[in-house]
Amino acid sequence: MTGPVARREPAGRRQAIDVRQLGRRFGALEAVKGVSFSVGEGEVFGFLGPNGAGKTTTINMLCTLLHPSAGSATVNGFDVVHQRSEVRRSIGLVFQQTTLDEYLSAEQNLRFHAYAYAVSGEVREPRIRELLSMVELWDRRRGGVRTFSGGMKRRLEIARGLLHHPRVLFLDEPTLGLDPQTRRHIWEYLLRLREAEGLTIFLTTQYLDEAEYCGRIAIIDRGEIVALDSPDGLKRSVGGDLITFSAGDPAHAAAEVKARYGVEPVVRDGAVRFHVAAGDTFLPEFVRSFPQPIESISLSRPSLDDVFLTLTGHEIRDSELDARQMLLRGMGHMRMGR
Amino acid sequence: MTAVVGSGGRSNVGAALAETWRGTWVVAYRELLRFVSERSRIVSSLAFPLLFLVIFGAGFGKVIGSLAPGVDYIQFMYPGIVAQSVLTSSLFAGVSVVWDREFGFLREILVAPIGRSGIVFGKAIGATVTALLQVAIMLILAPIVGVDLSPAIVLGLVPVVTILALGLSGLGILIASFMTSQQGFQLVIQLLIFPLIFLAGVFFPVNNVPDWLEVVSKVNPLTYGVDAIRQIFLGSDVALGVTVLGHTMTILEEVALIGVMGATLLGAAVLAFNRQE
Repeated sequence: MTGPVARREPAGRRQAIDVRQLGRRFGALEAVKGVSFSVGEGEVFGFLGPNGAGKTTTINMLCTLLHPSAGSATVNGFDVVHQRSEVRRSIGLVFQQTTLDEYLSAEQNLRFHAYAYAVSGEVREPRIRELLSMVELWDRRRGGVRTFSGGMKRRLEIARGLLHHPRVLFLDEPTLGLDPQTRRHIWEYLLRLREAEGLTIFLTTQYLDEAEYCGRIAIIDRGEIVALDSPDGLKRSVGGDLITFSAGDPAHAAAEVKARYGVEPVVRDGAVRFHVAAGDTFLPEFVRSFPQPIESISLSRPSLDDVFLTLTGHEIRDSELDARQMLLRGMGHMRMGR
Repeated sequence: MTAVVGSGGRSNVGAALAETWRGTWVVAYRELLRFVSERSRIVSSLAFPLLFLVIFGAGFGKVIGSLAPGVDYIQFMYPGIVAQSVLTSSLFAGVSVVWDREFGFLREILVAPIGRSGIVFGKAIGATVTALLQVAIMLILAPIVGVDLSPAIVLGLVPVVTILALGLSGLGILIASFMTSQQGFQLVIQLLIFPLIFLAGVFFPVNNVPDWLEVVSKVNPLTYGVDAIRQIFLGSDVALGVTVLGHTMTILEEVALIGVMGATLLGAAVLAFNRQE
């Protein structure tokens, strides 16, 4: 498949994840419609999209929790349908909902994981110590998980996901429901761990600021990838930077801009706004040569919000959906296989 | 090609068996860890049998008197109560599956490279060991309520309780495989547990009762567990044994019957559990 966007393939690296025409149907609903992409080793790759876009369905197929109904995928070179055990052994997983045993201590949760993944005895205890120290939970290792805050639980799950030395870490909405400060902390830990372990990270998110941590982002909407590029590349694709300025009579100034640069300026709230490709080099020249005295001027780069809106025609955050999700989470309503 | 369901298309049977074995012990290990860290569960699971023993014993003991020469009502009922506590702690294997699903930990188990069948066996073994511990605690009370104990009785109980508990935990997991909520599961268990107990000859012998009651009691697997345990305590010569079509069941026949039923239930539980994605 030749996609509508460039950079489907990571440049010059071995592939950690390779996905070809992967699709999944639930009855009449086509949740994922034949997506193709690959992720290079060591890359931080993000799946960005609103609720119900097909992010979790895709991650579940890659983690061998869900059988694809079309296409194929390999993770670390293992087929997700025919080599499930090998895939599972080579990946770490952090789910949207917590999957810790709240009645055990932090340490007991990690030991269970080590036994289940056949981590050898001499590796186990030093590894537990190393990871708990890295996520700053070593002091709380004997504490019952039910006494932990949301952020602490998330950190513990990330440590647990890395215990068996996986080469790819899958994170499904790793910071959903956490406050912005905790989110930033989690990302500090993640980037530090990635550095230390040479990890590939694959995550799904609906937070645009979180997507900024990614090397590349696939924007997914209604089961399809609508764009795939670096955050900067995506922003460039929406038509460059926005210049907003005011200078005397706005209508007159706008006409002047149109005549000089051949763009279509818009006047809003007494200010003239227009897009240019590279705002940082354009701005000094513009200020120097514009014939009318400029009272104020600002340059703003497009956000991923703008990118998402431009590509899909709607906002990423659907407030109604969000409220429902929060309610469901609050009720502890969790199900398998979704 | 593959021997173990759920481990993917791996042709290496040895590796699949290793995964099942690892799943079994790691899941059982955690069940026991949970059991000892939740002391309230030990207390609450003993409360029911004790209530039955004390209240029914005091209430009916004098009225009913001896059921057989040298066997008073408490001595008759006590083995039944032991079997009943085996039932409740075995069905807990199912509670634990539903609980794990509701609180998400089941996912951690399901994505691990361990065999699905091993998860079922691990839950069953965990429940069986807790059943044995419960029985051990019950035995401490035996002399207090006037039930005779001997090393032979204790030794005889171990295999019978183990076989009974493995099968009944299979029943719990089987039901749990179809339940998504704790409430739904509790409802089904409540609907099941009382008929099972009351129609198992715990409180009265099932031979001299109306025909319909006798038929229902004799298709109840727990009946044979109760009687096997009773024979261990009271000896096989006490004329209270369960008869099937005129034949009085020996302890070995009963254990074999429980074993077959249990293996069937566990097998069905493995199949039902593997069905889930």
